[in-house]
Amino acid sequence: MITLTLDDIPNILMYSTPLILGAMGGVISERCGVVNIGIDGMMCMGAFTAATAGYFLANPWLGLLFGGLAGGLIALLHAIACVTFNADQTISGTALNLIGPGLALFISRLVFAGSTQTLTVSRKMPKIFSQEVSGIFRQINIDVTSLIALIIVILFWFVLYKTKWGLRIRAVGEHPAAAETLGINVRVLRYACVIMSGFFAGIGGGCVTLSTVSCFSPTSISGQGFIALAAVIFGKWMPHRACGACLLFGFAQILTVKLSGEKSLIPSQIIAMLPYVLTILILILFVGKSVAPKASGKPYNKNIC
Amino acid sequence: MKISPEYAVQMRGITKTFGSLMALNKVGIDVKKGTIHAILGENGAGKTTLMNILYGFHQADEGEIFLEGKKVFIKTPHVAIAHKIGMVHQHFMLVDNFTVTENIILGNEIANKLGIINYKKARNEILKIVKKYRLDVDPDAKIENISIGMQQRVEILRALYRGIDILVLDEPTAVLTPMEISGLIKIMHELTKDGKTVIIITHKLKEIKSSSEFCTIIRRGEYIDTVNVRNKSEEELGAKMVGRAIKLVVDKDEAKPGKTVFEIENLHVYNERKISAISGLCLKVRAGEILGIAGVDGNGQKELVEAIMCLKKVKSGVIKINGKEIQNTSVLNVLKNKIATIHEDRQKRGLILDFTVSENAILGKYKLRPYSKNNVLNNSEIGKLTKKLIENYDVRPKDCQNSLAKELSGGNQQKLIIGRQITCEPDLLIAVQPTRGLDVGAIESIHRILIEERDKGKAILLISLELDEIINVADTIAVIYNGNIIKTFSQNEADEKVVGLFMAGGKVGANARKNS
Repeated sequence: MITLTLDDIPNILMYSTPLILGAMGGVISERCGVVNIGIDGMMCMGAFTAATAGYFLANPWLGLLFGGLAGGLIALLHAIACVTFNADQTISGTALNLIGPGLALFISRLVFAGSTQTLTVSRKMPKIFSQEVSGIFRQINIDVTSLIALIIVILFWFVLYKTKWGLRIRAVGEHPAAAETLGINVRVLRYACVIMSGFFAGIGGGCVTLSTVSCFSPTSISGQGFIALAAVIFGKWMPHRACGACLLFGFAQILTVKLSGEKSLIPSQIIAMLPYVLTILILILFVGKSVAPKASGKPYNKNIC
Repeated sequence: MKISPEYAVQMRGITKTFGSLMALNKVGIDVKKGTIHAILGENGAGKTTLMNILYGFHQADEGEIFLEGKKVFIKTPHVAIAHKIGMVHQHFMLVDNFTVTENIILGNEIANKLGIINYKKARNEILKIVKKYRLDVDPDAKIENISIGMQQRVEILRALYRGIDILVLDEPTAVLTPMEISGLIKIMHELTKDGKTVIIITHKLKEIKSSSEFCTIIRRGEYIDTVNVRNKSEEELGAKMVGRAIKLVVDKDEAKPGKTVFEIENLHVYNERKISAISGLCLKVRAGEILGIAGVDGNGQKELVEAIMCLKKVKSGVIKINGKEIQNTSVLNVLKNKIATIHEDRQKRGLILDFTVSENAILGKYKLRPYSKNNVLNNSEIGKLTKKLIENYDVRPKDCQNSLAKELSGGNQQKLIIGRQITCEPDLLIAVQPTRGLDVGAIESIHRILIEERDKGKAILLISLELDEIINVADTIAVIYNGNIIKTFSQNEADEKVVGLFMAGGKVGANARKNS
């Protein structure tokens, strides 16, 4: 019999955190009109860079920052391709998904004597309470990265719906020509959003290698970026809803762990598919119903319109 | 004319090329402060380009702009707004799922240092302007839920919110009903009373007469003349615009209707929101007759066409062509039964814009011999057909066969569609807003084509929001209101005022327009 207790909350959050950050990256990029299916590649690059920087600098916070910057750098390529050169956003994103892990493994072999796995960092990201606490605090002692992710969600929601920057981002994602005629610089805003998208995806990757585990391996990022994108759609491109979707996926992941722990008739490989099957199911059920930002995926060229 | 502070806008020697196309060649304009100034020209004449340059959306290759006698450089719309120039584009630049308030403040938000928007204050500012100029606008409504007329007022409001002194309106009446047009002209006069200057881009002569003081005419990128509107007749203005004498009244003989070709009995159709859009509609179209359906937008015209074409499910009722029922079958079946439609939105339903003109010319026919054989297209036959269409229906430029459809001007796109549909040899031709957004020259030729088809014994169903067009072209006029034909006139008994009254539901002053 499987039972879920308060103890599982930190674990659910632990699995959800990279998804949430990846999803926020997806939200910000798509809200300003650039489809970013390269989130997975950016997370991968972020995860590797964070683990490497965390190892050499012996500081997980700096590691996380470098992870974000690496993601941002990869995203810059996406922005150059999609915003400056009006390239097809899906193809550019696909390329990044191939470049991300490829580049990470290549550099890993260079830096870590031919190994595709980085060395274990000396310090992981802390939890919100020290290890000595007891009782309820011990039970809900979540990763600091989880807390950061949740705060970022609230921040994203606030910026998108309460500030002028959010209004402009949303307008650019819906009707860039309208925004342009009102004096908003569509290209600059799209660059900023895409780079931010990569930054948060990179941090999300860093959470895997600095919070969940303590090194980077080729399987550290295996489809989290795509699950995050599913969460964006399921969450109707709203930060808080996408976050809710990520928590659901995190929950499914814990369920998987628990189920495969039991002696079960179902082979563990099948159970391990659960989060991915859930992703597909949710996409089937919700994609048609949720409406993407209208200009999402469309290059904007003011001389054509 | 001298450069002088008396003039709100003076443009000199403006030249602009797009690739190899010369859009404007040394065009100038002088707009007196506090007046309504029209820019008249056919589609593609360059009038919108000229104003886009004033608004900083495009940059001129050559030429100078003076505002109140001072030379300015307008690189972006932002600079134009800073110079108190506002522009309402033909295709509204509104974000559909934003509220009116959000759309108005966008780019010019009332916010604190952190960027947090003060919506309450913004709303009050907007309401102040609404009151001052008596604009009927609800600041809290979402754009997608309000009428086209109100959307346009939101655009004007947005310009006023930015404190503009010069307002440019690009084809503002193309999408409005007669009632809304007179409302708009009233608003324009309110603005000039307040000392603002209004520039209106249009090809509609009637509106220039009823609104503007001066009119600058542009033809194919060249400056033609600036005239005082009061001293010129519509015909004179039109002649200057197209470069030859024009006829505003359609010439045609009495209709000689034959047997009933097309019939609708007691039709009921729901709209997307599952609300009855057509309720119990009956109509008949006879061979050799143009039946015109007059009505305010949103009274079931769209659903009627979609139901006939089987693009929408019919709840109950019968649609018959040559005695055969076709309701709730398939589009293919409708086409096979010789119904051809010129759809309202030529860019969405009429053409595939990224296909070439020849490819568009065989849409709906590509399966037929000789255009294809064993699923392989026969390009030489297709070329012949396209050439014939271009020739017979005067599609310009003449060598456009292999150009993309989107490169044609609106009028030529429409002529291509009409030609294609007519060569299907239909028994019933449905024309929905066939001249929407077109200039006098193109309208003239499209009306002539429709009447020629009528004289050949075709039944024609003409649906239009332009009452003038219906009264001029149709032999029988049916007024649609709330999904039903509430009155039928023959052409000689139809009077603009009386028909207009029925379009509003038969009650004086009633606003029949629904949010759609």
